[in-house]
Amino acid sequence: MTPLLERLWFGAITVLGVTIIVFVLSRLVGDPAALMLAPDATAEDRAMLRAALGLDRTIFEQFLLFLRDLARFDLGTSLWQKRPAAEIVLERLPWTLALAALAMLVAALFGTTLGVLAALRPGSLLDTGATLAALAGLSAPQFWLGLLLVYLFAVELNWLPSSGAEQASSIILPALTLALPAAGRIAMMVRSGMVEELNAPYVLTARAKGTSGPRIVLVHALRNAAGPAISITGWEAIRALAGYTVVVETVFAWPGLGSLAIAAIQNQDLVLLQGIVFTTALMVVALNIVTDSLQRMVDPRIGA
Amino acid sequence: MSASLRERPTLMAALLILGLLATLALVLPLLAPNDPTATSLRLRLRPPAWMERGLPAYWLGTDHLGRDVLSRMLNGARISVVVGLSVVVLAGSFGTLIGLIAGFIGGRTDAVLMRLVDMNIAFPGLLLALLILAVVGPGLIPVILVLSVNGWMIFARTVRGLVLTQRALPYVEAAILTGCRRRTVIAEHILPNLAAPLLTLGVLEFARVVLAEAALSFLGLGVQPPLVSWGLDVAAGRNYLSNAWWLVVVPGAAIALTVLGLNLLAGRLRIALDPREREKRFAARARA
Repeated sequence: MTPLLERLWFGAITVLGVTIIVFVLSRLVGDPAALMLAPDATAEDRAMLRAALGLDRTIFEQFLLFLRDLARFDLGTSLWQKRPAAEIVLERLPWTLALAALAMLVAALFGTTLGVLAALRPGSLLDTGATLAALAGLSAPQFWLGLLLVYLFAVELNWLPSSGAEQASSIILPALTLALPAAGRIAMMVRSGMVEELNAPYVLTARAKGTSGPRIVLVHALRNAAGPAISITGWEAIRALAGYTVVVETVFAWPGLGSLAIAAIQNQDLVLLQGIVFTTALMVVALNIVTDSLQRMVDPRIGA
Repeated sequence: MSASLRERPTLMAALLILGLLATLALVLPLLAPNDPTATSLRLRLRPPAWMERGLPAYWLGTDHLGRDVLSRMLNGARISVVVGLSVVVLAGSFGTLIGLIAGFIGGRTDAVLMRLVDMNIAFPGLLLALLILAVVGPGLIPVILVLSVNGWMIFARTVRGLVLTQRALPYVEAAILTGCRRRTVIAEHILPNLAAPLLTLGVLEFARVVLAEAALSFLGLGVQPPLVSWGLDVAAGRNYLSNAWWLVVVPGAAIALTVLGLNLLAGRLRIALDPREREKRFAARARA
């Protein structure tokens, strides 16, 4: 099997795994029909709804029906908003994607620059500072970091809006909150990769041949250190989508999938929450495949 | 006893860390000057003692219910330690077991187990944790279970990798050749060699769990009041950010400092317990 096919296959299995978990959890809560009906519904109403939902079939048939619906991106009807969950998810999705994309762009640029600069002079003040900043960034809880930024830039300085998404500048603080810890981790990864590459024999050869310093760093070493950098950035994007955006969107009332997930929980809308988890699983798997392919493109050592 | 401890740096480090955590969980709450749950409407939202309107009895101020922020911070350590330790022990022992099985039996068992681990890692936790918590309901025990479900894979993967490298070493072959049973080889020869990397990983995971518990509690799906949790306190203080910054800053700083300390400790441990790292440092010193 080619690596791409293998990744696709593995992705499909992962989505199936998440689907099974979601399905099992949804049946654990008890009878979905009972949740959807008014307390004074008659036994007949119940039976009808159960038949309509397919709950009168065997659990295996129910699972197949569930899969069939998901394959059509039919995520069921939201218990809370009484309209298709897929519709609600698709309304919110662009907000989360915009936030995560901007944050990852900032994190990758900032993290790589900081990592390369730190690697050029290991043990220097810049290196120590960068390492400490990275460590601090990944030790601070993200919701706290976000609130500190709000306090500084919205409450004290009054430069940026503290929450919501009414203005274009609303995206800055949440994106920064999402980006900073990721940038720290990327910087540490790039730094250790670059230190290793800069000590490799080929760098010495390049130097001996009279290649300029910047060319060695930017063309030779960075290219070889790019593989791990791409993989960690992809991993950061995945973690952002499958978790961090929930926290950050909640802090900033950003109208994406993450804050929708919390609202769904507060309104006991398990159908909508399942839809969000399933959609996120699809995105995570897609991102995994993209990251993997990119890494293979820049680093021929992994093999096509 | 002390001599044998000195010969076992991993054991000593583990005991020291456990002692430190016990201190955090048991002694810090005793140091609290006030009852962390005592409310007082008269003393609401007082700033730290050094600021105007601050009171000397409340060093770090009071919250929106008039509760002492310092006492709540000291008491909050307990939940973090309880959750962190429980999750590391649960996830660590289960993951280690799976890793040992996968690494030792190999073949199809290994392939299936590692695929499961890959799958779990490919879909990282918080959202799935939220889904589970939404179904079973929030609380201390659910949080511990959910974070354990999320955390065992990294132990399994690490142990499997270590077992594979250790297995190839001559001492294992020698043990097998001298007629040791597989159980003896695993328990008496391989497991002790896994102790140091597992301890380091345990500390790193502890740090991750403290952050995760804080995030879940912040979102309202973790530990519930009247238990005192740093994440809960930040969430409660959020609404007063514009006029009472200390409600957010103090518990958040407690989380950040704890996690930072654990991360630094893990870095130190890795160097201190790895013979190769020790050699490197010795060589560096000899050269200098």
